[in-house]
Amino acid sequence: MAILTKEEAKKIIDKVLAFSKADEISASLTGNRTGNIRYARNSVSTSGETNDLSLSVTAVFGKKSGTATINEFDDASLEKTVRRAEEIAKLAPDNPEYMPMLGAQQYVDTNAFVESTAGINPEYRAKAAFGSIEPCSKKNLTAAGYMQDRSGFTALGNNKGLFGYNKSTFVDFSVTVRTADGTGSGFVQRDYNDVSKLNTGTATEIAMQKALASVNAKALEPGKYTVILEPTAAHDLILNMMRNMDGRSADEGRSFLGKKGGLTRLGEKLLDERVTIYSDPTNTEVPGSPFAADGRPQEKVTWFDKGVVKNMYYSRFWADKKGVKAVPSPDGIIFQGGNDSLADLIKGTEKGILVTRFWYIRTVDPQTLLYTGLTRDGTFYIENGQIKYPVKNFRFNESPVIMLNNVEAIGKPVRTNGSLIPPLKIRDFTFTSLSDAV
Amino acid sequence: MQMSGLGLGAMMLSEVPVVGSPVAEAQLLAPWLDAATKKKLAETALNAARDKGATYTDVRIGRYLQQYLFTREKQVQNIVNAESYGIGIRVIANGTWGFSATSDVTPDGIAKCAATAVAIAKANSKFQKEPVVLAAQKGVGDKAWKTPITKNAFEIPVKDKIDLMMNVNGAAMDNGANFVTSNLFFINEQKYFASTDGSFIDQDVHRIWPTFTVTVTDKASGKFKTRDAISSPMGMGYEYLDGLASEKIAGPNGLVGYRNSYDMVEDAIMAAKQAKQKVTAKSVEPGKYDLVLDPNHLGLTIHESVGHPTELDRVLGYEANYAGTSFATLDKWKTKNFNYGSKLVNIVADKTQPHTLGAVGYDDEGVPCKEWDIIKDGILVNYQAIRDQVQILGEKESHGCCYADDWSSVQFQRMPNISLKPGTEKRSVMDMIKGVEKGIYIIGRGSYSIDQQRYNFQFGGQVFYEIKNGEITGMLDDVAYQSNTQEFWNSCVQLCDQDDYRTFGSFFDGKGQPSQISAVSHGSSTTRFNGVNVINTGRKI
Repeated sequence: MAILTKEEAKKIIDKVLAFSKADEISASLTGNRTGNIRYARNSVSTSGETNDLSLSVTAVFGKKSGTATINEFDDASLEKTVRRAEEIAKLAPDNPEYMPMLGAQQYVDTNAFVESTAGINPEYRAKAAFGSIEPCSKKNLTAAGYMQDRSGFTALGNNKGLFGYNKSTFVDFSVTVRTADGTGSGFVQRDYNDVSKLNTGTATEIAMQKALASVNAKALEPGKYTVILEPTAAHDLILNMMRNMDGRSADEGRSFLGKKGGLTRLGEKLLDERVTIYSDPTNTEVPGSPFAADGRPQEKVTWFDKGVVKNMYYSRFWADKKGVKAVPSPDGIIFQGGNDSLADLIKGTEKGILVTRFWYIRTVDPQTLLYTGLTRDGTFYIENGQIKYPVKNFRFNESPVIMLNNVEAIGKPVRTNGSLIPPLKIRDFTFTSLSDAV
Repeated sequence: MQMSGLGLGAMMLSEVPVVGSPVAEAQLLAPWLDAATKKKLAETALNAARDKGATYTDVRIGRYLQQYLFTREKQVQNIVNAESYGIGIRVIANGTWGFSATSDVTPDGIAKCAATAVAIAKANSKFQKEPVVLAAQKGVGDKAWKTPITKNAFEIPVKDKIDLMMNVNGAAMDNGANFVTSNLFFINEQKYFASTDGSFIDQDVHRIWPTFTVTVTDKASGKFKTRDAISSPMGMGYEYLDGLASEKIAGPNGLVGYRNSYDMVEDAIMAAKQAKQKVTAKSVEPGKYDLVLDPNHLGLTIHESVGHPTELDRVLGYEANYAGTSFATLDKWKTKNFNYGSKLVNIVADKTQPHTLGAVGYDDEGVPCKEWDIIKDGILVNYQAIRDQVQILGEKESHGCCYADDWSSVQFQRMPNISLKPGTEKRSVMDMIKGVEKGIYIIGRGSYSIDQQRYNFQFGGQVFYEIKNGEITGMLDDVAYQSNTQEFWNSCVQLCDQDDYRTFGSFFDGKGQPSQISAVSHGSSTTRFNGVNVINTGRKI
């Protein structure tokens, strides 16, 4: 059984800690049951399921640390793993940035585990795939999709009194539907902790509609356009920005959050005042882990408040050196929004382009967070509040910082890739060339 | 494609795929099973699968070793020694593939694993539309192959490696860098393949990648610039780091290119100086330029615009939901006159070129490796295909480019080395630059992005030099070029000769769901492309 209870996990961890002769010792126990099914050309191509229970032990002598792992749990194996971690630690070079392990911590409850998801079996996966393939086959469309599910737990403990336990479930589904002649393509993505919220057939309908509606795309001149980014598209650019909010990089002057004179933009208004981004592991729609991998508690943190940079994340070493709170990087984010749906945003747009998703996003300039990438699987021209016709895909060169200063409207956030992201209406979004790709 | 491994000089451990469990350094040199034992275990699997009803079986008994070292400035950040071993069994039953893997490499564990593989094949066969057609492969009997290394990187003490990295970091800092990170990656795949065709193949594969990123910050302006190493990951041992003078290629303006031997300290010094120059370099005027592309840059363009679009599984739609499909469709290939590029463009696929990441004796379905044409005199002539695909191309023999990144992963079509043949006329980089009126000379891999059918792409680089009237006039910044694959390759007008030929490599190329990594090289000599659209990427926030 891959998912141990809190008590079962604690028993193993306590045993490990008792075996150690190191200055400090920590143990992390994780168990996961993961499954997946992949299909293409309207036929299942691969499927699989893996059960995995694994223990990782880190022993520390002074500023030297060593880690060993094992997937056997008899006393002899546990002791052997502790000894091996100790041996590796003794041979390791000193880590001048080593921070002593944390003591007991208070963790919030996150309710990320849902029984229905933990109960997914191969039959369910086959039916989910079939539910997506069948409607496509009937309309002479071609589906290629992937669903993966995971149910598992993580337990942490050390000899300073820290103990944490969390269990969670997760399911992620995506499908690309193409017309038989390859001139139309649509996409949809869904992810939940609770699989009962997922209906692959209903989701696939959206990708089917987009595939059919994107046939005979017209070429528009590249340039600056008002765009409506669906949450999946907005997510990818915004998350790239969030991944660059490391405080040390800013302090070292090699981040978009650094500025002249060796200072940072912390406390400055950097984005439109309607932009508030925070993380909260207790949010019921996107529950996160109550702790980071090193045992630091995950709490509600505001990253941007009305456009002002409120927090950066830190390693414990750097936070200690700077005398600031060692806020860990978040699991997912919540972009505060309004009540307008995607349809409402379209309705309120005189001229613009609707973007389903972006593809192959890469950093062009880390100083300005300029990214390039392309639109894909459903790009449409909007006129007078209506979708008029499909347009050819564009390459963009744009910075999320510039984009979030050009906000026209913010819709109602929806879950995408573990975050809550609203559809966004942005003016002057920079498309630099056309792509023939469908 | 997706994996952030391409061009990740400043990568952190959390971004690097580690397969297996941490082990002590000494474990990396401990012997494992000998070939005779592995053969016996493989036969257990072949027999067990046959007894359960498999009509074809292949077995991969693998031990995968990794050593990764991470440093910044004067500190060691992390050392990872990891080992993963087990067996993967692939079968055909009822005309359908089934696969299962286990770390329990005992006769019992193997028999159970084989039974599971057959059960999965039989279960999936209910949904199968057409049975698998497998190209014939004559058994090769007992064979062994080893990457021709002269220094096993795993035998070099960690202390020596750290000393080298500290020298590299020190050299960069002494020459004006404010920050430097350096990484060393070593991989050893010990894999034994057996199949019901009668092949028993023992291979010992080595790969190496030394890399770094230097950063220069300018407090007064708040600007920062980086320059990544211009090393290449190689199918070599520690001898790649010897820095042999005979393997250096002198370029214009004191620049140096590295062939099969890399001087990491020398490159770090050059990198620090160039990063400093980048802070004050002129911002490029957008427009059309003739591009002179160094092999250490062009390799990535080849990878994205020729390597991926000619993967047959992409062309057929198997990767549609992730990496995408391809513009290089079968109907274009069938015309036998699809101008992928100009007449100068000859692109070959191979798994045999010495020192490359793709070089092995046999692929992961036991097919002897070879070389074949992809683009000949500018025309698309073939794809990359494996045993269950080549019949689609009317061929009887697999190309031999099947790979799995671990014993626990199922093998599938992966990119072989894809390389541009050098020019046949004598020509150096200096000769080439002399003929350019308005151009940019680009070195190193930078930002890269291409659409899901591989038409439209945009590439940056590490350093850019302006060429005016046949001479390099200074450094440029904010450069990226955008083009369309077919248009770009048709604008290829000149190639340097064999003396300038070098390989570029991708160490962690990603493909598939769930994603697997693979390593691949791309050879070329410096090449000129006329009239390419260059954009200015400078912005203010």
